[in-house]
Amino acid sequence: MLTILLDGIAYGMLLFILAVGLCVTLGLMNFINLAHGAFAMAGGYLTITLMQQAGVPFLLCLPAAFIFAAVLGLLLERTLYRHLYDKTHLDQVLFSIGLVFMAMAMVDYAYGANQQIVNLPDFLTGRINFLGASIGVYRLFVIVICSLLVVGLQLILTQTRFGSRLRAAVDDGRVARGMGIDVTRIFAVTFAVGSGLAGLGGALGTGIISFDPTFPLKYMIYFLIVISVGGTTTITGPFLAAILLGVADVAGKYYVPAVGGFIIYTIMVVVLILRPQGLFSRGPAR
Amino acid sequence: MLRRQILTGVGAAALALAAFPALAQETVKVGLILPMTGPSASTGRQIEAGARLWIAQNGDTVAGKKIQLIIKDDTGAADQSKRLATELVVNDKVAVLGGFGLTPLALSVGPVATQAKVPAVIMAAGTSTIVASSPYFVRTSFTLPQNTAPMAQWSAANNIKTVVTLVSDYGPGLDSEKAFKAEFEAKGGKVLETLRAPLANPEFAAFLQKAKDLKPDALFLFVPSGQGASLMKQVNERELAKAGIKIIGTGDVTDDDQLNGMGDALIGMITSHNYSAAHDSPENKAYVSAFLKATNNMRPNFMSVGGYDGMALIYKALEKTKGETDGAKLLDAMKGVSWTSPRGPMSIDATTRDITQNVYIREVKKVDGQLYNVEFATIANVKGSN
Repeated sequence: MLTILLDGIAYGMLLFILAVGLCVTLGLMNFINLAHGAFAMAGGYLTITLMQQAGVPFLLCLPAAFIFAAVLGLLLERTLYRHLYDKTHLDQVLFSIGLVFMAMAMVDYAYGANQQIVNLPDFLTGRINFLGASIGVYRLFVIVICSLLVVGLQLILTQTRFGSRLRAAVDDGRVARGMGIDVTRIFAVTFAVGSGLAGLGGALGTGIISFDPTFPLKYMIYFLIVISVGGTTTITGPFLAAILLGVADVAGKYYVPAVGGFIIYTIMVVVLILRPQGLFSRGPAR
Repeated sequence: MLRRQILTGVGAAALALAAFPALAQETVKVGLILPMTGPSASTGRQIEAGARLWIAQNGDTVAGKKIQLIIKDDTGAADQSKRLATELVVNDKVAVLGGFGLTPLALSVGPVATQAKVPAVIMAAGTSTIVASSPYFVRTSFTLPQNTAPMAQWSAANNIKTVVTLVSDYGPGLDSEKAFKAEFEAKGGKVLETLRAPLANPEFAAFLQKAKDLKPDALFLFVPSGQGASLMKQVNERELAKAGIKIIGTGDVTDDDQLNGMGDALIGMITSHNYSAAHDSPENKAYVSAFLKATNNMRPNFMSVGGYDGMALIYKALEKTKGETDGAKLLDAMKGVSWTSPRGPMSIDATTRDITQNVYIREVKKVDGQLYNVEFATIANVKGSN
């Protein structure tokens, strides 16, 4: 019972860390970046390459994946994305989905369409007993890292000067500029951090799921479910939503295997009917 | 001036095209429809390599006809397979169709083959009912019941009393589940639970935990080629073996293409299948070394022999018809053919057009530092379907 709960939480945490970057760009910058999964894939494949080809330790791959995806995000933001901030959402969707297909083709060309696997270091494999339930060490590791990230992000957003500048820049870019806030730079940094988090999520994901070039499309659905259930105005909303979905998914598959795969979608439909702005959003959707 | 040159060029090309049919009579076209991109791309690559290896080893002429291989990528989508099959039949006038990486892809081509009276050789898809869906289907791969029943027999004979099955929720998976349950329970065993994971399922945690909590003697697994790695990663993580549960399955899970990357945790896993790259025969040794050389060290898996033997069957049929490419005659020539393939002796059943072959029980072992499925028991001449 507790094992199922912990498995679900770990899965939810993984969903959250994959989706949180999207929540930053979508919720804070009001930009629909469907190519978010491509950054996660970049982080995942970097980890796979570093571990398989260069023998880099797994723990070192995590920050490397963050930096790699963040730099990639920064480059694309400076060259491509910034031209689309003022465009309509449809333009943004078309542009970013185009990027997804390009990323998939590139990965397919470079790595082939096979599923890639990494073998985790020994200290992260195996299971331990935790409050009477047995849980995989790696899943516990994911839970700890993600919890730290949530707290960190929430603090940065609400307690720091950067956080308040960012919120100001999002609420009214023109006024923020007038107050002397460098909106362009803030957006660039925010976008880079969002992409970096996706990369980190991808790197962490290599331990649980396998990677193939269809990853960005396969997981886009999950990102969007997390964001739409959780709402985009906070960090905690998607976090709680991801956990809810993870637990519901795992528990559903365990207790009612016949319909297990549908539960995650059922929750989304019900939430969207009852609270179209998202379960944990305070204001109406933007 | 330039325009005139272009027009002349076009005219010449048209003339060349018009002259082509006379030449085409000497060429027999074989159209393979394979998933060369997308999630099942490894299937496509293996079959293509197998088919090309057969042609490289046996020459591209048979019974006085030149064989031309046309490969089309259906990306694993059934509507594409059907469209490509129609194009191959109408535009390219192929004598034989082949390939079909997944069951739905094969089923979508069935009506085209029937209408055009063109034999279609199934080189991968493994649901038992496919061959019955068109009188022009012939199979050189395997069927799931064929590969699964021996596993159930072996389990029952080796002190396994209770089993939980976990399969992918689609045609072949259900086929496999049904065959295992029927055979195992007929031999006195008990299937505690039949779990079905969605085909596009990245997360097996709940299913594996359920299996663990039911405490069976063994857990039977089936997922399609290419997905075994992610499943086994989670099986290892959940430490089912430490809980005293034996991991068994069909050879699709310990696919030769991926086995080596799955890690030493797999050593000792028992599977049943129609082909292993470690199969001990002179034909297979020659096949594996030629295959590795031709593909820059890609290890051949069961899909590759499907393609290799598919071409072998087409060659044998053409020899029998003395180069005649009439669909019905070719089909007749394919029925009842038998030969020794890298996988062992095999034949095409004259009434069902399905494959009859040996199925082997294998154990994952480390040989020369690499993981292989090492065969230790043979069940001879298992029929593909009845």
